[in-house]
Amino acid sequence: MCGIVGIYLKNEALNPDLGKLLAAMLIEMSDRGPDSAGIALYRDPVAESHCKLTLYSADKFEWGLLQTEMAAQLNVDVKLDVRGSHAILIAAIDVTSVEAWLKVRYPELRVMSAGSAIEIYKEKGLPREFVEQFKLHELNGTHALGHTRMATESAVTTEHSHPFSTGMDLCLVHNGSLSNHNWLRRRLRDEGVDIQTDNDSEVAAGYLMWRLREGDSLEEALQRALKDLDGFYTFAIGTKDGFAVLRDPIACKPAVMAETDDWVAMASEFRAIAQLPGAENAAIWEPSPATVYTWGH
Amino acid sequence: MAEFDLNSDSVRDLNQFLHDTSTGKSTVTNPGGRHCIACGIDAPLQVSVEGHVGYYCAGMNKTADITITGNAGPGVAENLMSGSVRVRGNASQYAGASGHGGTLIIEGDASARCGISMKGVDIVVAGNVGHMSAFMAQTGRLVVCGDAGDFLGDSIYEAQIYVRGKVGDLGADCIEKEMTAEHVKELAGLLASTGVDAVAGEFRRYGSARKLYNFDIDHADDY
Repeated sequence: MCGIVGIYLKNEALNPDLGKLLAAMLIEMSDRGPDSAGIALYRDPVAESHCKLTLYSADKFEWGLLQTEMAAQLNVDVKLDVRGSHAILIAAIDVTSVEAWLKVRYPELRVMSAGSAIEIYKEKGLPREFVEQFKLHELNGTHALGHTRMATESAVTTEHSHPFSTGMDLCLVHNGSLSNHNWLRRRLRDEGVDIQTDNDSEVAAGYLMWRLREGDSLEEALQRALKDLDGFYTFAIGTKDGFAVLRDPIACKPAVMAETDDWVAMASEFRAIAQLPGAENAAIWEPSPATVYTWGH
Repeated sequence: MAEFDLNSDSVRDLNQFLHDTSTGKSTVTNPGGRHCIACGIDAPLQVSVEGHVGYYCAGMNKTADITITGNAGPGVAENLMSGSVRVRGNASQYAGASGHGGTLIIEGDASARCGISMKGVDIVVAGNVGHMSAFMAQTGRLVVCGDAGDFLGDSIYEAQIYVRGKVGDLGADCIEKEMTAEHVKELAGLLASTGVDAVAGEFRRYGSARKLYNFDIDHADDY
């Protein structure tokens, strides 16, 4: 069991409250996932000449040092915003250069996300602790996904927590369990996809990354996933402009969606959506099995 | 009349009250998608839940009449024994699962696995039902005024299924059967008793071909 939540704001006036709304939804999903919690949040997109990365350090880390060193060695402006065990790095350079530099100089750091708007935060522990640790109520944004994890297929660590990045400004959260993830992981590694853990959901994220790299649209990649992924899943996939939802054809894992003039939301259970303003008058429906739903700006 | 506001009262206190009460009406407001609201009642109470409920609302109900003015999450009225449960909105998956008796009325749609393993309950859905509905249904009636999804009545025993709209692929051992005058009369009675406005003669009947659940000696070598 796990809990998934997603919110997409139609009314810009709510943007400053995104973190607060997401936190309320996430905490409501604590029973479904007390092992770890995580979010992907889209906000303040950087200019095309810049990139934004979320970095994670398992141990205490001198972020200031990294900032000075990177600015000097790559000769670029570097901004760092530390939040809990994570830091958002914004640099006036392309992602590939930053990642290459990090790999050599700080191989112990993990890149949680890369793109222009996405930020990913995730950590072991109860959703409420996560919300406080990462000060979610401070965060603005246009849309976000969240996940509370009850581990079934692999260990409880920050690395095994969701969301998983699936490429530039893309991420995935998963409720369910995949049964062919070992075979798929081998196949994806043969295709050169970097999969770092034995987690089944990371394989789903890697699969999407591979298909998008091969030229599929997100819709096409998800349609193909219906054929290639075996197991139970409700996925929510965050994109730069919105989010997508897909349930497997058996659809054992729950999902509910709701829409008002101000927002569109999805969650594993209605009680997470009930936390949102105006939920009592929202249009509410259950997404059909094997059907791709997308929202975007 | 007892009133519970679940923004301030707990579901546990609500259910304890309903278990300790033998008669009367209760109203529940602000259910907020919480689980197990009005579960395990064993008395002829009238309970009105005003809003959307989460998992297992009205589960195991005996003799009470429970109305949910909203949508219901997974497993509404699961293992219903008697009495009635009415959902004014839509119901999520496995509505009325393993119900032994009583009546479940869903005025909207029900999603997958509606009436799975039903054992005597009558389920009337004014809208559509999702895939795998009436899976392994043993006895009772599932009435669908709209369409039914794929694999309807898979591995069905002796339950009766009536569908007015389109049916996807039928499940294993489920076949269409003749709708006799007797069946029309019986269905009309059920529809009238539930207040669902539909003409019994427009329904088609489905049930078991009885080829799957009887052991066939000629197939012994297959095992």
